[in-house]
Amino acid sequence: MRIKQMGVYLFKNVFKIILLLLAVSTLSFILVSNSPIDPVRSYIGADMTSVSPEQRENIAEYWGLNEPVLQQFFNWGTHLLQGDMGTSLIYRAPVAEVIAERFVASLALMSVAWMLSGLFGFILGIVAGMKEGTWLDRIIKGYCFTLASTPAFWLGLLLLMLFAVQLGWFPVGLSTPAGILADDVTFIERLRHFILPALTLSVVGVANVALHTRQKLIDVLNSDYVRFARAKGESGSKLVWRHGLRNISLPAISLHFSSFGELFGGAVLAEQVFSYPGLGQAVVEAGLGGDVPLLLGIVLCSTLFVFAGNFIADLLYKVVDPRIRKGEL
Amino acid sequence: MWRQRFNLSLRQRTFYIIVFSIVMLMLMIFSGLFISEGQLKINPGEMNGEPSLAHLFGTDWLGRDMLARTLKGLTLSFGVGIVAALASSVIALLLTLFASWNKTTDRMVTWLVDLFLSVPHLVLLLLISFTFGGGFKGVIIGLSLTHWPSLTRLLRSEMLQIKTAKYVGVSQQLGKSRWWVGKHHIVPHLLPQLFIGFTLLFPHAILHEASITFLGFGLPSEQPAIGVILSESMRYLSTGKWWLAVFPGLSLLIMVGLFDLLGQSLCKWVDPFHGQKGM
Repeated sequence: MRIKQMGVYLFKNVFKIILLLLAVSTLSFILVSNSPIDPVRSYIGADMTSVSPEQRENIAEYWGLNEPVLQQFFNWGTHLLQGDMGTSLIYRAPVAEVIAERFVASLALMSVAWMLSGLFGFILGIVAGMKEGTWLDRIIKGYCFTLASTPAFWLGLLLLMLFAVQLGWFPVGLSTPAGILADDVTFIERLRHFILPALTLSVVGVANVALHTRQKLIDVLNSDYVRFARAKGESGSKLVWRHGLRNISLPAISLHFSSFGELFGGAVLAEQVFSYPGLGQAVVEAGLGGDVPLLLGIVLCSTLFVFAGNFIADLLYKVVDPRIRKGEL
Repeated sequence: MWRQRFNLSLRQRTFYIIVFSIVMLMLMIFSGLFISEGQLKINPGEMNGEPSLAHLFGTDWLGRDMLARTLKGLTLSFGVGIVAALASSVIALLLTLFASWNKTTDRMVTWLVDLFLSVPHLVLLLLISFTFGGGFKGVIIGLSLTHWPSLTRLLRSEMLQIKTAKYVGVSQQLGKSRWWVGKHHIVPHLLPQLFIGFTLLFPHAILHEASITFLGFGLPSEQPAIGVILSESMRYLSTGKWWLAVFPGLSLLIMVGLFDLLGQSLCKWVDPFHGQKGM
């Protein structure tokens, strides 16, 4: 019985993601193919005058730009199904390879920031919720509201100015120092280039979790079972530990998993500020350079990423929460 | 403590917060509107000046006054934000009404919302802006087309609640058309939500405009938009010209924060059930 339910659930989600990817790829292809940005022109760039019209025509022919849009979409789609995402124009390498390499860098950044912001947000939220109405609560809440109106990239700029330019603790940009072969870069060097973008990203992510946790904890502390526990003489952190944490941790983790979209957006900005060579920087370059295959590839990739987050959040509720687990899956 | 001293109820306090934020925002916007081209002129005599009494925000590498540029940029952001938030609210309202038609249309709208929320917001903005070749048009269309999903979700759940109300059922039994029910029962109830949603969409739209402009997809670089100012300042940061980035960003933060405060206060002010509980 359980296995059958699980099978249905999995099948539903697989169907959902296939439908979603189909819709997203169709929609983004329509968008991109209507762009006034000429891929040939942006590919050639400054050498436009030294390239004859025939050569330009040849490039367009080679990329299949002269075929009707529907045919182009069909070609791209069939190649995509075979695992071939095309060739990136600016990196002159297969899109899948570029994305894979960049995604690892971005994933390192995002996962560290995600965990840090989750941890700190949760702790701040609990503290604020326990001390509701006090000055500590006010400070934490004010901090979170201010953070919510802060442009992420501006925060990055501030950190860059303070720690890299004024204090000189960290390098100003790039994930590796210039003039050294990629293999010779030490772990410490990599770490030094990694800290500031990760810090920016984690500071930005704190607000949402903290405010949510605070509200949940306040709700829990006003519940009947906490009143009963108080009547028995429990109080303070012991009370929160025994009765609060279990009830607030799952929604908080779940919320944090479903914030992958904002995380990705924040990573795009942070990577741009610190010139960190991740997926976010690649998508900006692809957009500015008219690199359509790479742009489409990253859109699909980020969609998958967001879906994974939402799926895990949903799954956590279903698997971890005994009330939902015993009911319907 | 000061609540007792001034003897204000929370409702009165909320009202004063609303008035305060509106006045502050007006001040920011109008001071931007009255800045002439002359104040934005290049002034080689005062290049790279640190903040002083004559130039509160300092001057940039062309001697332009940063305070004037920042205020102009805020006004620009405000304009872009208002168009985008308005368009998004209208889209959200229309889709909600469409969803109220029957089960199939409701499912279509829900699916569309899910579809738009499944791509990271910034990536979607980037894609739309790319489609329209960047610039003013790209930003405004991009912002308008991507900010409606969350509001639509909110309005839809409100609409579903209204639809189960008894008087709506009575209206339908009396033979009133769907249009009539929509116009007389659903829309009036959605308007307060729509208005607050509009105010809360605003800060998002402005922040996204600045972000996308910062990345190079948004407003053209000759405009004094905050995103442009900040992305230009990147080149001068390593030489220690901190004022080029600090003040424009801070001003944007204040403007966005004021809007957020306004939206939340309006929300509290309108809602009688939570209006009495402390912040």
